Amino acid sequence: MKVQFTWAGFRQGARVVLPMLPSFAPFGLVVGVLAAGEGLSMLEAAMMSAMVFAGTSQLVALGAWGSPVPVLAVTLAVFVINMRMAPMSAALAPWFHGLRGWRLWLSLFTVTDHSFALSVSEMRRGRRDAAFLLGLGLPSWLWWTACVTMGHALSGVIELRPGHPLLFAGLATLCALLVTLWRGKGDLMPWGVAAGLALAVQAIGLGQPWPVLAGALGGSAAGAWRDLRA
Amino acid sequence: MTLRWDVLLAIVCMALATYAARAGGYAVLRVWQPPRFVEAMLVHMPGCIFVAFILPSVATGGWRYAAAAAVAVLAMVLTRMLTLSIVLGVAALWLLAAAWP
Repeated sequence: MKVQFTWAGFRQGARVVLPMLPSFAPFGLVVGVLAAGEGLSMLEAAMMSAMVFAGTSQLVALGAWGSPVPVLAVTLAVFVINMRMAPMSAALAPWFHGLRGWRLWLSLFTVTDHSFALSVSEMRRGRRDAAFLLGLGLPSWLWWTACVTMGHALSGVIELRPGHPLLFAGLATLCALLVTLWRGKGDLMPWGVAAGLALAVQAIGLGQPWPVLAGALGGSAAGAWRDLRA
Repeated sequence: MTLRWDVLLAIVCMALATYAARAGGYAVLRVWQPPRFVEAMLVHMPGCIFVAFILPSVATGGWRYAAAAAVAVLAMVLTRMLTLSIVLGVAALWLLAAAWP
């Protein structure tokens, strides 16, 4: 695949992601509120979001926070939660193969659940402009950091407890993006295997990332087995 | 605007671990030509990751979450409008939570 990296591709990505940004806000605000609750300064909360840029893992890390910070424990927790992103960047390989230097390493930094799903759809439509991913990722990164910082600033004012319906926005976004990944009846069997395995692993008491890793690997192995047999 | 050394160390380690996970999956493919089976798996990976990531959270949230997730999916299937589907999903959960506290 001949891959491009143009300003037009970047702008196209930014255009696609801008209407989605409000749906990230509740989650970012909550992470900011929790960070304040754990005694992080606003600078520390902002730095964490800018450098880690992975909401679920930040939430889990803050749950294990303390003073002094258990560095090894929070690092391990973050790594385990974010292991699901390794197969994501692997699946975007056709684009990454065409990139080098800062374009490659910066683009890899902006792989998130959302930018991944939108980029895969774009790639499957035969588009070859890899700057699309960065166009999705950079506005998301700025907005995410801003929302967490805002949540920290408002921590005394807003009450957004875990379980609040607004927090469902993150999961609702993933549900809607899932629809864009559907390619037809051939997906039914691999997706079914992925669903069954994820729920089974959760049922035996293992938390994330084990359900997602088992489901992702098992489901795609089932699909690959069927495709190669045919 | 304080910045403590133990917090800074934790943030840097978290950032490195996350980048290793993000870039690692692709970095392996940069230097290693995977067998056909692995290539065929990668084609199925996107949907399977999403299914396996979403379902456990929905299951933990109970039937209200399941219903609201179904609303978001159905709205997306019918309208293909992302923002509208997110809003409808959240509204559905809000209504359900208000009607059956």
